[in-house]
Amino acid sequence: MRDVAVIGVGMQKWGELWEKSLRDIFVESALLAIEDAGVDKIDSMIIGCMSSGLFVGQEHIGSLLADYLGAAPVPATRVETACASGGAAFRMGFIEVASGLSDIVLVGGVEKMTDVGGDEATYALGTAADQEYEGFNGITFPGLYAMMARRHMHEHGTTREQLAMVAVKNHENGSKNPLAQFPMKITVEQVLNSVMVADPLRILDCSPITDGAAAAILCSLETARKIKSNRLIRVAGSGQATDTIAFHDRDDLTALKSTAVAANMAYRMAGKKPSDIDLAEVHDCFTIAEICITEALGFAERGRGGKFVESGDTRIGGKIPVNASGGLKSKGHPVGATGIAQIIEVVHQLREEAGERQVKGARVGLTQNMGGSGGSAVVHILEAL
Amino acid sequence: MIAPRIRRGMPQRYRYEAGKCKKCGKVFFPPRLICSACQSREFETIRLNRLGKVLTYTIIRVPPSQFKDEAPYAMGVVELEGGGRITAQIVDCDFDDVNIGMPVKIEFRRIQAEGESGVIGYGYKCVPA
Ligand SMILES: [Zn+2]
Repeated sequence: MRDVAVIGVGMQKWGELWEKSLRDIFVESALLAIEDAGVDKIDSMIIGCMSSGLFVGQEHIGSLLADYLGAAPVPATRVETACASGGAAFRMGFIEVASGLSDIVLVGGVEKMTDVGGDEATYALGTAADQEYEGFNGITFPGLYAMMARRHMHEHGTTREQLAMVAVKNHENGSKNPLAQFPMKITVEQVLNSVMVADPLRILDCSPITDGAAAAILCSLETARKIKSNRLIRVAGSGQATDTIAFHDRDDLTALKSTAVAANMAYRMAGKKPSDIDLAEVHDCFTIAEICITEALGFAERGRGGKFVESGDTRIGGKIPVNASGGLKSKGHPVGATGIAQIIEVVHQLREEAGERQVKGARVGLTQNMGGSGGSAVVHILEAL
Repeated sequence: MIAPRIRRGMPQRYRYEAGKCKKCGKVFFPPRLICSACQSREFETIRLNRLGKVLTYTIIRVPPSQFKDEAPYAMGVVELEGGGRITAQIVDCDFDDVNIGMPVKIEFRRIQAEGESGVIGYGYKCVPA
């Protein structure tokens, strides 16, 4: 297997982009990534997208996006692992370059979620659960994570305030990110007084509905060295895993097993351990998710994720800053693009170009992207050379 | 939920049919072709025990469109006596009565109607036991 580098990244501000189409937001980000990389061609494209079919009635976006990027006839494939589609696209691109089959691969993610109404968006996202045995009976994604939260509170004494602290921290970080959809700061009181969605989770515990795209260029480290002499970022570790599709089938309802397994794969490949990680971008689709993820990644002890966020260790300047970008919560969550945007934040941090939210001296960063209630997880570790 | 899907799910939703692995005893609802615990392919068809207890719960206040008229409603993960777990609505009680460890039993109820004039989907809900 060859060493692989991330040589370019591109992303524009996310939000309700009603005046732009899916193809336009993707191509804008892809062109920025190509320009950042300084490459004059790509050999292949892998695109993460959860549900262009349900959100904009368009499938076959591999062809669409290669065509509109002016890159046809290169091979272009869409991959889907629900909200982890972007992470999976990155991993497929990594494998393609590492294998030697391609030298330069564009990996991207895109989701256009606001062309449909709220009900339809809820339905489309709901298809990431077991439609016949969860969705049929009336559960929603906030509902599934609410049940995870309720159980975590019951077993480990996690408090309602600790959940709120995740949202407060991520909005604080997002306020320093010019690309964030919701860059406003919020307080614990505001979270606790916001509208209830699925008890005990309130609207400010939930990530938003977002239009957005993100892209990165992967190439062999050998090629990267010919193009750039500094700021090289190596993909040190990659892992992906699955768990039961239905939340109720998990023996332990608060353990994100797919994340733990994917993380162990990535740690082993990279020769790193949790204490080697300088910052992490994780899948805070709901506040409880970040708490469970910090445990599954080995940053916090089992059951102590709530106390971990309360300690301040996950803030910028803390022991292990989590979601310096603002996370899904503040930056937005165009589901297929999220996994690539996490990579982009880590790349900016490792190149020390993250501005006000820079994690000082960051050399090793981790990304964790998750689908459904944890049925899929993808973890990557990037390292500055 | 489209009509063929509702029809296909009848043995599970109407009769609570589950598969019990003949080798390791794990109960699967719905039945499967291969056991995820021991890889055995031999199952005995059983019926879920209708009694169980709530492992965790929530109150859905922002429902999917098919459940608009019913919100808010309680839902939980229920572990049934003798094995098998379900995600189901918990009805016929106040929200304050729903808690972890609450004994419940399965009842046959109307779950949802497809579209404006569509097929009515029946299945299981839980009530206090
Ligand atoms: Zn078995």
